[in-house]
Amino acid sequence: MDAVLERILTRVQKPARYTGGEYNEIIKDKADVDIRMAFCFPDTYEIGMSNLGLQILYGAINSQPGMWCERCFAPWGDMEEELRKAKIPLYALESGDPLTEFDALGFSLGYEMAYTSVLNMLDLAGIPVRSADRRSLTPLVFAGGTSCINPEPMADFFDLCAIGEGEELDVEILRLLRHAKSEGWDKPRFLREAAKIPGVYVPSLYEPAYNDDGTLKSVTARDGAPETVTKRIIENLDTAFYPTRAIVPSTEIVHDRVVLELFRGCVRGCRFCQAGFAYRPVRRHGTEFLLEKAKAALENSGYEEITLSSLSTSDFKGLSELTDGLLEWCEPRKISLSLPSLRADNFSMGLMERVQKVRKSGLTFAPEAGSQRLRDVINKNVTEEALLNSCRIAFEGGWNTLKLYFMLGLPTETDEDVAAIARLAEKVLHTWREYAPNKSRGVKITVSTSMFVPKPHTPFEWEPQVSVEEYLRRVRLLRDNLTSRSITYNWHEPHVSLIEAALSRGDRRMGAVIEEVWRRGGKLDSWSDYFSMERWLDAFDSRGLDPDFYAGRTRGEDELFPWDVISVGVSKKYLARERKEAYAGRVTPDCRTRCMGCGANCLMERGACDE
Amino acid sequence: MNRILFKKEGRAKFISHLDLMRTMQRAFIRAGVKIKHTEGFNPHPYMSFALPLPVGVESECELMEFELSEPTELSGLPARLNAVMPEGIEILSAYQSDLKFKYIKWLDIKAQLFYYNEVHTAKELEAFFIGSRLVIEKKTKRQTASVDIGPLIASLEAEDIAPGRVLVAARVSAQEPALSPAQLISAIEQLKPELTPDHTGFKRINVFDKDFNVFR
Repeated sequence: MDAVLERILTRVQKPARYTGGEYNEIIKDKADVDIRMAFCFPDTYEIGMSNLGLQILYGAINSQPGMWCERCFAPWGDMEEELRKAKIPLYALESGDPLTEFDALGFSLGYEMAYTSVLNMLDLAGIPVRSADRRSLTPLVFAGGTSCINPEPMADFFDLCAIGEGEELDVEILRLLRHAKSEGWDKPRFLREAAKIPGVYVPSLYEPAYNDDGTLKSVTARDGAPETVTKRIIENLDTAFYPTRAIVPSTEIVHDRVVLELFRGCVRGCRFCQAGFAYRPVRRHGTEFLLEKAKAALENSGYEEITLSSLSTSDFKGLSELTDGLLEWCEPRKISLSLPSLRADNFSMGLMERVQKVRKSGLTFAPEAGSQRLRDVINKNVTEEALLNSCRIAFEGGWNTLKLYFMLGLPTETDEDVAAIARLAEKVLHTWREYAPNKSRGVKITVSTSMFVPKPHTPFEWEPQVSVEEYLRRVRLLRDNLTSRSITYNWHEPHVSLIEAALSRGDRRMGAVIEEVWRRGGKLDSWSDYFSMERWLDAFDSRGLDPDFYAGRTRGEDELFPWDVISVGVSKKYLARERKEAYAGRVTPDCRTRCMGCGANCLMERGACDE
Repeated sequence: MNRILFKKEGRAKFISHLDLMRTMQRAFIRAGVKIKHTEGFNPHPYMSFALPLPVGVESECELMEFELSEPTELSGLPARLNAVMPEGIEILSAYQSDLKFKYIKWLDIKAQLFYYNEVHTAKELEAFFIGSRLVIEKKTKRQTASVDIGPLIASLEAEDIAPGRVLVAARVSAQEPALSPAQLISAIEQLKPELTPDHTGFKRINVFDKDFNVFR
C-alpha cells in the first residue's frame, strides 16, 4: 500500500472501508486477465456491500476466465478531501489500482439520489464525466440497475446502459470490449456494435427533439440502433450464477448477513410500485436449490443471520417448506432467520412462531394507504380486517413493537383518506389492548409516512406528485388526528422526494442539472449530511428548468416519455389501462389468479410466466 | 483457557477492535470450530482479547482466548483458521494457558519514523527519549492531565534504516497504565517538535510479564 495512502487511512473514519482484503475477495493474476472491470457503487461501502446485485455480478463476472471484476465505492467526505489533497486518484479495492487503468467501469444505479456521486467518483478518478469528452475506448463507462429503466437523466455521462438483469448481459458487453480491444476498434465503432446486443442502450445513438411546451417530441435512433431496447432477464434462475461465496466485510455494513434471493418479479401489481412492474415476469428458485445455497452461503461466510429476499416473500410457494428446512439447519447452529416484507394478509401464526424461536425482532406492515378506497386505487390488496387479524396474531404472540408504513400524496387521496391512516393506527392499538396477553410492558406503534414519488414504467407514470406544501399540510392533518401516546408518528422529509420525482421521470436535459449540482459540491445526496435542496433548486434555475415540470405535472395521455425507448416487458397500453382501473377504484387480481396480459411473459422464451 | 497467538498486518491493521471480534467469530464458524456461547436471551460467544489493538497498528503478538463447545484438537486450529482468514490475519499457534491477561506487563513495539524533508537520525531520537524528562499532556474526554511517560518505558533503542527513516524499538508498559505507541510521538510533538516525523508506522512485537518473561 502506498505510504501516503496509509497515512491518510490512519486519519479517516472507518478506514477498513477503503482497504479491501476482505474474506472471499477475488484476486486474480494480471497475467491471466485480459479484461478488467471495476464495479462502481455510487454510495458508501456500507450501502454498496449490502447490495445483492453487487455480490451477484461480482461473482458472475469473476467466474469468467480472463475477466477480473473489482470494487469501488464512493468515499465519505473526509476521505474524499484527503484523496484530493494528496492527488490520489480513486482506486479499486482489490488491486489498489486507479480506475483509469481499467477497461470498464460499471456503475450500479439503484436510486436517483446516487446520480451526483457517479460524477464525483469519475472526477475523483481523473476521468471526464461526460461520455463525449472521453475519446478513447477504455475505460468504458457504463451503468446498470433499476434506475436505468429511465436512462435519460444520466445519458450524457454513460457510454452505454445495460438494461435489466446483468448476469449474462454484462459478460456479453465485456466480451465485445475484449474483442474491440484486440481488433483496435475506436469507441464509436464499439458502441455501434454494442448497440446490437439485446438490452444495450447507447445514449449517443439516440437524438431527442422537444415540443415548444417542453415535452418530448421524438427520439431518433441512429446507426442501426434499435427503436426500443428491451430489458434482459435470466429465464431460468436455477441455472444462472448464484452467490454462495459473498465477500464478508471486515467492518460492519448495513445488511450484515446472508441474503437469500427467493424469486424475481412480483405477482401483485401494486400500482405505485416500480419494482413490481420493472422486474416482471416472476421467476423463482426451487426450494431444494435454495436450501442447498443457503447452507453453502452460511458455511462460506460465517454469518449468524440469514434473511430471505424478494419483493413479496409471503407469496413464495413453498415458503413453509423452505423456512422449516432452514430452521432445522440454523437452530442448532444458533443462526437466526429473518423474514422481511411479509404481507399483512397471509401472515401466519405458524410461520411467525417458527421464526420467533431464534430471535424476535420488530414487525413491520405496509398498508401504504389508510382507507380501503385508496388501497383499492393503488391495488394494494390488503383489507383492514386482514391487517388487524395479523396484528392480533402478532400481539397474542407477544410482540409489542409494530411499524406501519404509509404514503401521502397518492393519486386521488383526500383528507378523509389521510384521517383514515390515524383511524387505522387507533384500531391497531385497540387490537393490542384487546388481545395482548401481557400489557405491562406497553406497546409501541410507529406510523411512518413518505411522500409518494410517481415512477416510470408504472400505471402512475402520468401522475403529478403533490407539492411539498401540500404534503406538509397532510402531515399536519395526520399528526393532529393521531392522539394516542402509544403511537409515534415519523414523516419523511419531502424535499428529497421532490428531487427524486423530478429525476426519475427526467429527460436528457436533466443531465445539465445533475452536472451543475455536482459542480456546486453535490454528492451522496441520499445522505442528509450532504443533500441540499437549495443547491438543486439553484441548479435547475441555472439551466432554465423547473423541477415542477418533471415532478408536479399531469402528463398527457398520449405524451411521449423519455423512458419509452426502454421496454421492461410491460406495455404502456397495459399501464394506461391499470391507471383507468385505479381511477375507477377497481382492483386487479394477482397474476396467479388470472393473467391480465401485461406483456412481460413475452420476455420468456417459452412465452409463459412461472406463475 | 484456550488461546491463539496471531498476527495482524498489512491491510488488516485497519480493522477496528470491534470489527476484529466479529471477524474472528465468523472465521471460527467458517473453520467449523465451535465457540461456546453465553446462555440467555442474546447469546454471545466466549472470546476475549488481551490488549485491544489501536486501528492502524500492526502486531505479531495478539492474543485471544476463547471457550469451545466441543473437544477440539488445538494443534490443528492454526491451519484450519488460516484457511478462512481475511488477508493479513494469521494464526501462529493455539494452546492452553492459565496465565491471566492481567499479568501482561510489558510490550515490545517497533515504530518506523518517516521524515520526508529534513533528515533526523537515530542518535537524535535516542538522545531525546533517554535524555529528557518525558512529561506530556494527555487529553481525555473531560480534561487534560500531565503524565510522566518515562517510567513507562523500560528500554528504547533507535536505528537508522534508510535516509529519513528511523526505527525505534522500545519496551513499554502494556497496561495499568498503558503507554500507547502514539504517545511516543506525542512526546516528540510536545517536547521536541523539530523531531516530529511526517508519518509513523507502529508494530507490536511481543508481550511480557513483569519479570520480562514472554507472556503466552
